[in-house]
Amino acid sequence: MSPMARTAPVPAATDPALIRNFCIIAHIDHGKSTLADRMLQYTGVVKSRDMKAQYLDRMDIERERGITIKSQAVRMPWELDGISYALNMIDTPGHVDFTYEVSRSLAACEGAVLLVDAAQGIEAQTLANLYLAMENNLNIIPVLNKIDLPAAQPEKYAAELANLIGGDPEDVLRVSGKTGVGVEALLDKIVRDLPAPVGDPDGPARAMIFDSVYDTYRGVVTYVRVVDGMLHPRERIQMMSTRATHELLEIGVSSPEPTPTKGLGVGEVGYLITGVKDVRQSKVGDTVTNMAKPASESLAGYADAKPMVFSGLYPLDGTDYPVLRDALEKLMLNDAALVYEPETSAALGFGFRVGFLGLLHLEITRERLEREYNLDLISTAPNVEYEVTLEDKRVVHVTNPSEYPTGKIAEVREPMVSATILAPNEFVGAIMELCQSRRGVMGGMDYLSEDRVEIRYRLPLAEIVFDFFDILKSKTRGYGSLDWKADGDQVADLVKVDIMLQGEQVDAFSAITHREKAYAYGVMMTSKLRELIPRQQFEVPIQAAIGSRIIARESIRAIRKDVLAKCYGGDITRKRKLLEKQKEGKKRMKMVGRVEVPQEAFIAALTTDESKDKAKK
Amino acid sequence: MPSVLPLGDPAPADGLLPPQVLDGVDSRRFGLYVHIPFCAVRCGYCDFNTYTATELGGGASQDAYASTAISEVEFAVQAMDASGLPRRPLSTVFFGGGTPTLLPAEDLARILTAAVGHWGLEDGAEVTTEANPDSVTPESLQLLAEAGFTRISFGMQSAVPHVLKVLDRTHTPSRVPMVVQWARDAGLAVSLDLIYGTPGESMADWQTSLETALSYEPDHISAYALIVEEGTKLAAQIRRGEVPGIDDDDHAAKYELADQLISAAGLDWYEVSNWSRTPEQACRHNLAYWRGDDWWGIGPGAHSHMGGVRWWNVKHPTAYAGRLGSGASPAAGRETLDAATREVERIMLEARLGTGLHVDALDKVGRHAVAGLIADGLVEPAAAFQGRLVLTIKGRLLADAVVRRILPD
Ligand SMILES: Nc1nc2c(ncn2[C@@H]2O[C@H](COP(=O)(O)OP(=O)(O)OP(=O)(O)O)[C@@H](O)[C@H]2O)c(=O)[nH]1
Ligand SMILES: C[S@@+](CC[C@H](N)C(=O)[O-])C[C@H]1O[C@@H](n2cnc3c(N)ncnc32)[C@H](O)[C@@H]1O
Ligand code: SF4
Ligand SMILES: [Mg+2]
Repeated sequence: MSPMARTAPVPAATDPALIRNFCIIAHIDHGKSTLADRMLQYTGVVKSRDMKAQYLDRMDIERERGITIKSQAVRMPWELDGISYALNMIDTPGHVDFTYEVSRSLAACEGAVLLVDAAQGIEAQTLANLYLAMENNLNIIPVLNKIDLPAAQPEKYAAELANLIGGDPEDVLRVSGKTGVGVEALLDKIVRDLPAPVGDPDGPARAMIFDSVYDTYRGVVTYVRVVDGMLHPRERIQMMSTRATHELLEIGVSSPEPTPTKGLGVGEVGYLITGVKDVRQSKVGDTVTNMAKPASESLAGYADAKPMVFSGLYPLDGTDYPVLRDALEKLMLNDAALVYEPETSAALGFGFRVGFLGLLHLEITRERLEREYNLDLISTAPNVEYEVTLEDKRVVHVTNPSEYPTGKIAEVREPMVSATILAPNEFVGAIMELCQSRRGVMGGMDYLSEDRVEIRYRLPLAEIVFDFFDILKSKTRGYGSLDWKADGDQVADLVKVDIMLQGEQVDAFSAITHREKAYAYGVMMTSKLRELIPRQQFEVPIQAAIGSRIIARESIRAIRKDVLAKCYGGDITRKRKLLEKQKEGKKRMKMVGRVEVPQEAFIAALTTDESKDKAKK
Repeated sequence: MPSVLPLGDPAPADGLLPPQVLDGVDSRRFGLYVHIPFCAVRCGYCDFNTYTATELGGGASQDAYASTAISEVEFAVQAMDASGLPRRPLSTVFFGGGTPTLLPAEDLARILTAAVGHWGLEDGAEVTTEANPDSVTPESLQLLAEAGFTRISFGMQSAVPHVLKVLDRTHTPSRVPMVVQWARDAGLAVSLDLIYGTPGESMADWQTSLETALSYEPDHISAYALIVEEGTKLAAQIRRGEVPGIDDDDHAAKYELADQLISAAGLDWYEVSNWSRTPEQACRHNLAYWRGDDWWGIGPGAHSHMGGVRWWNVKHPTAYAGRLGSGASPAAGRETLDAATREVERIMLEARLGTGLHVDALDKVGRHAVAGLIADGLVEPAAAFQGRLVLTIKGRLLADAVVRRILPD
């Protein structure tokens, strides 16, 4: 077993042969960040007394939810057979919404540690991330984690893993991120088995941007992996896609605190600071080169993250609109996946339509906006994006049901995904039933081991992005796992369901659904609203309609009594204060025609069961 | 008096009033409220500022109460004089509680006599006391009448034993016709207080109570919807599920029945919860509250109003007596209303009256709302065209909502 390195290779002066770049990939919760903790500790970059669990999960929201949202790269020294190496480790998120983060990280590495919880075995994101790593031609080191758990079945899952990636079950390392068992051996194996980066040290500099983060104090911090040449502080660099040039104010490595260096050479991973204030000026996937000696060809980048679900975000208090606008602008500096544009709702006022990678991304964004900018927000029911072709051949992209065209519609296309579900084989029937009810078409099925199957379906995104996972979990007693990725679109029989209060359409409650599900939505929403909206001085009919056809109706009986009928003697003050309070309450009501709808009713009606907290997939 | 006092500004110890109270003083009547904070037992629904003898640790404070109240009368005379207010004869006097008749009639008479001695009494003045049916005798009523009382309001509440039981009332229904007769014999006008919507009260029960009350031919009836006040025994019983809750729709139906039966018996509504046989028999003291007249409230927790200045006394009888004993004002807080707030109060109070609210008292928002109120059947169209907002029965049931609609934003 190796001791802690006595000397660490110096950045900008490290032979690429001594560098190993790898990321840790796994299904959510299989222990990536905890394993990273041990590595930080054993390599000495974090002192034992400074250690805390999931050290690299630095955002409040990551710590509270116990999940990783952003990848983090760290340079660590490690000594093997008397030679000091520089390891660049990237801890990645496991949640499907952040697969994009994983794929960016992979591009900075030659190898990946594929971690599998020894009590759970292979799950859907294990596969998804494995395939991503293979597409990137990475060397894979299979590792079973959590072997300290009494429920661990290392033999069984080692076989499963070996079967999946080829090789011998004996070669599957067994570690515990918690106790540290096997972690040093893993570090040794990384040095031994992973290839060193190769590049042209004398060529024009080329570095791949794999992350770009806005920091209030330092401006945009750009994370790069140098492929060829060398970058130095104070030289002018150029972004190859935009030709924009910047001065390199600082260059350095994270270990794990930012440490300025004399530069970064071939194969090294580190950060650049140029003083730009907008992450879009330092785009993930772009290639950085040296202005004085520019490269002619940029590195292969990656496709932009594509928003999958859209939701309207509105400040509860209309006067907070400018605060929300500034907050979104700032958040976007940090989150290239976030897209938004202003929109107005008759019911909710001014807000923004925001595109997200998935529901967790939505939830986290909303929570950060509320917390970091002290906002109270309403988010409307999430939607996918539809492509509507009108009979006059005009094509409209609809991310908000209230923008659904009213003209003659020739065709509506909805986004599709290819989904992979992993579960014990006893649940195959239930899973197929579920997928069928969600308009899925089966693509195939494979046994990963004798009792675990992988089922592939093509499904409409709208059918799986909201409540599908929860139902899958309950139908598989918690054993099923799901991964999905975008897979084109298809023509579908979709309709827009409107909700009307006293004949007034409430845009915030409209939904686009499959024709067969329109009725269920109508019934659900009308009865929910009947419970939520207080009785008014007149009867309020609530209707759900497709066009002019009413598909469901409820009504709120008129309130009959609203008077304080008691002898209060001369205490007029109390009476007036009560009235003033009621009047204040009335101000907080949203008016839909003549109907007063409390904010709370809006929030409750829009808080679908689907969008409830389910950070932990 | 409800038991929670409002939050206001501090009140000066000398009770001096700001000069604004002099504006228009001649156009305002002057009344006196005397709070008697004692009851034999506390009813489970009641949150008024009242105490049983045990709660006060013996009957001593009851014995001394008349003298303490008279010392506030004297304080009031001084403070009003010193503030430059003219001495005006009392137009109405109201003894409320608690149970005023728990004190010996002589005590009530003494307080009244003291006040009248300082301020005088208008011709035809109305002098009322509240009373529980349990707490009067032919003799005590005779004595009150002789002392100058003209009117008595009995807390009948219901004629149905199981309802009275839920209300914790101690009297038997048969006592009510007796006390009414005694009061009549003494020459007092009679009002009956009823409560509707008590848990477990059926529509038939309520009809029985109404018909029984009307059969005694009272000059005046007050019918209040039962309010479950926080912190009362009743609230706790409902929370624990020992008695069923109350229901607004039930209240509405019972109010409609009340209005129907009481009107049929020849009494007219003049305020949301009050009906009188003739306009003259309306409770003028209560009307003074609604109309923004001046009154001084004597007693712990009592509220006063004089020309846009409102104040209220400390709640506890001991604290109250202590203040007066040291020569200080017993007021706990006061508020001076600005013109806009006085307008809000006026709208809020006058809208509840049978005589209605003058439409020109409304601002633009209010006048705009009138058409909607007519359309919704909440105000009488004919009166509205003549410039008065008079609530329909539907409007009376939604009076607070109507007021919110016509108030300035
Ligand atoms: N018993 C045991 N528990 C572990 C081990 N490694 C991680 N855990 C626990 O598993 C849970 C998830 O660990 P994380 O390190 O946050 O997992 P992750 O893969 O980084 O999760 P995401 O970043 O959200 O995908 C935590 O409760 C850890 O304490 C281990 O080796 N043994
Ligand atoms: C303060 S009491 C005084 C009269 C006397 N102590 C009695 O109870 O008969 C005045 C009236 O207020 C009404 N009242 C008291 N508490 C009430 C409540 N919680 N809801 C409705 N009316 C109430 C009763 O009708 C009562 O007659
Ligand atoms: S008798 Fe009247 S004041 Fe006394 S507790 Fe009962 S309702 Fe309240
Ligand atoms: Mg993690």
